[in-house]
Amino acid sequence: MSASLIIEQLLNGLQFGVMLFLMSAGLTLIFGVMGLINLAHGSLYMIGAFAAAVVAGWSGSFWLGLGASLMAAALAGTLVELLVIRRLYRRDHLDQVLATFALILIFSESARWVFGDFPLYLGVPEFLSGVVKLPFDISYSKYRLAIIVVGLAIAAGLFLLIAKTRLGIQVRAGEGDREMIAALGVDISKLYTLVFALGAALAGLAGALVGSLQSVEVGMGEPVLILAFVVIVIGGIGSIKGALVGALLVGLTDTLGRFLLPVAFKAVMEPAAATAVGSALASMAIYILMAAVLIARPSGLFGKAAG
Amino acid sequence: MLKNCGFRVALAIAIVAAAGLTLASPAAAAGKAKVGMITTLSGGGSGLGIDVRDGFLLAIKGHDNIEVVVEDDQRKPEVAVQLADEMIQSDKVDILTGIIWSNLAMAVVPSAVNQGKFYLSPNAGPSALAGKGCHPNYFNVAWQNDNLHEAAGAYANAAGLKKSFILAPNYPAGQDALTGYKRFFEGDLAGEVYTKLGQKDYAAEIAQIRASDADSVFFFLPGGMGIAFLKQWAQSDIDLPVVGPAFSFDQGILQAVGEAALGVKNTSQWSKDIDNEANKTFVADFQAEYGRLPSLYASQGYDTGKLLISALDVAEVSDPEAFRAALEAADFASTRGDFAFDKNHHPIQDIYVREVIQEGDVLTNKIVSVGLEKHSNAYVDDCSM
Repeated sequence: MSASLIIEQLLNGLQFGVMLFLMSAGLTLIFGVMGLINLAHGSLYMIGAFAAAVVAGWSGSFWLGLGASLMAAALAGTLVELLVIRRLYRRDHLDQVLATFALILIFSESARWVFGDFPLYLGVPEFLSGVVKLPFDISYSKYRLAIIVVGLAIAAGLFLLIAKTRLGIQVRAGEGDREMIAALGVDISKLYTLVFALGAALAGLAGALVGSLQSVEVGMGEPVLILAFVVIVIGGIGSIKGALVGALLVGLTDTLGRFLLPVAFKAVMEPAAATAVGSALASMAIYILMAAVLIARPSGLFGKAAG
Repeated sequence: MLKNCGFRVALAIAIVAAAGLTLASPAAAAGKAKVGMITTLSGGGSGLGIDVRDGFLLAIKGHDNIEVVVEDDQRKPEVAVQLADEMIQSDKVDILTGIIWSNLAMAVVPSAVNQGKFYLSPNAGPSALAGKGCHPNYFNVAWQNDNLHEAAGAYANAAGLKKSFILAPNYPAGQDALTGYKRFFEGDLAGEVYTKLGQKDYAAEIAQIRASDADSVFFFLPGGMGIAFLKQWAQSDIDLPVVGPAFSFDQGILQAVGEAALGVKNTSQWSKDIDNEANKTFVADFQAEYGRLPSLYASQGYDTGKLLISALDVAEVSDPEAFRAALEAADFASTRGDFAFDKNHHPIQDIYVREVIQEGDVLTNKIVSVGLEKHSNAYVDDCSM
């Protein structure tokens, strides 16, 4: 096992983590600010990917597709917030889970109805396809490198937004005490719609970016949604910093686990059995990580202590 | 009084004759059968179920003696079991078919055949139902799960490949796949990796392939997993031949893979360019009826329908012995050409090596060679039939 392979796998873990961050940032903001569990976040991811695939296929431009993914997901997020979610803020978490689960079914079946049963095509733009030579004799996918850069840039932008802008102050205040900021004259319902649309747009962008590497199909959002929940539980619900650290931890643990665990087991048992045990354990690794974090810090790494 | 009596006798005779007529008429034409189709029509993987259903319905079009009930199993074993019970108890079906996934087949088939129903599998062929768990009423019209992977191993030998890196998802069909490949592949393994079922990111695995000294890659990643792998593989610029079973290259998903699939060799028991009348008719009729090219799943559904028609032409379902013998004879024109059942009721058939090509702006497959001729399966001797 060479050093360049390990560095390549670290980059892969970083890229996966950055992707998860785009998904979980929206989820954690929505939960933190509005106290809402949104299971339909995965559907917004799917909407982004489908919008990108359709627009890119129709126009031939990846960038128009990317723009379409942001707009379609933000629009869908806004509509969902205005029509459905708005009625749920005062309700029990269980009601929210039920309603947003219904949204998953509605979005999935509508997507099938409109786009058919077969996956759609979304490719990587020409100038980002292929590999780039990095130091230490590493060949790395240009597109994945671009995802890392874009993801980190968005993370930086979100931190500035939350820390420096008026909107960010309102968001943080909303997390702290929503009655108080409403009393201070902030239009809380507009703020909620805005935050929801922002979270949706990020999910849509993630869907489009990942869709060009993976497959654009109905039901693509739900596995990612589960990982995003793992991320925000590890990072601490409502914390953007927690989402970033949690996403990178999950991304690195999963990638390195898949790569290193079978190798490690080969040292102590025969190859076939080592592969089986190693891969089985690798798919549990992030959940073991989550359990360990919850034991040490029940409210997550950056979460506010409960009570 | 006498007159009245005569009238009654005449009436009785008329009734008996009419009853006899209704009893006799189906035998004169073909046997009647009620078929329950349980397949995946919604959620992930519904493309496969829809193709099987469409192929089957196309085959039996115009055959009024076959009545079909179609239900969606949502790819959930518990739903499939419930549907099977319902079809057997309230719909009183004679024959079940349609299941795509091996885990669902394992949940439904043993209980259905033990209740005396026939099961014709248009897809799933788990080894458990081919070996010790074989049953006189269970017929697989598609393949035994290992078959296409075995052909891929045979192809790798023929192509002079010596060191393969192999990967599949970590679930029973994935393990069967790697076992099947290794059963025929004579070279060494550069690496053997089980991925998580449903995994869509293969960066870590592709990096390992790059770092290994493999001269080829074999993968079994059905549906969306295969689309993701091939797209990422194409981005990696690694120049190694890739071999896989047809499940990642069927007509339904090729367009989503795009150019990344071009030139890839894959193994299949069916291809739209197999040169026989039955296949030409099938491909033309399918396109005319549904406006898209058929996949191997559609051909399997179609052959299942044709097999059923051929059996009903010579026997009644109500006579299980005769009906079973009629199925075993497999006296129908398969889209695959020569087709016969081995004694464990799984096909003996040629398995082809296909290459992905572009026809106009549509990606499709063409046959380049025969991977395994008249191939049966490794479990025949475990079956006590």
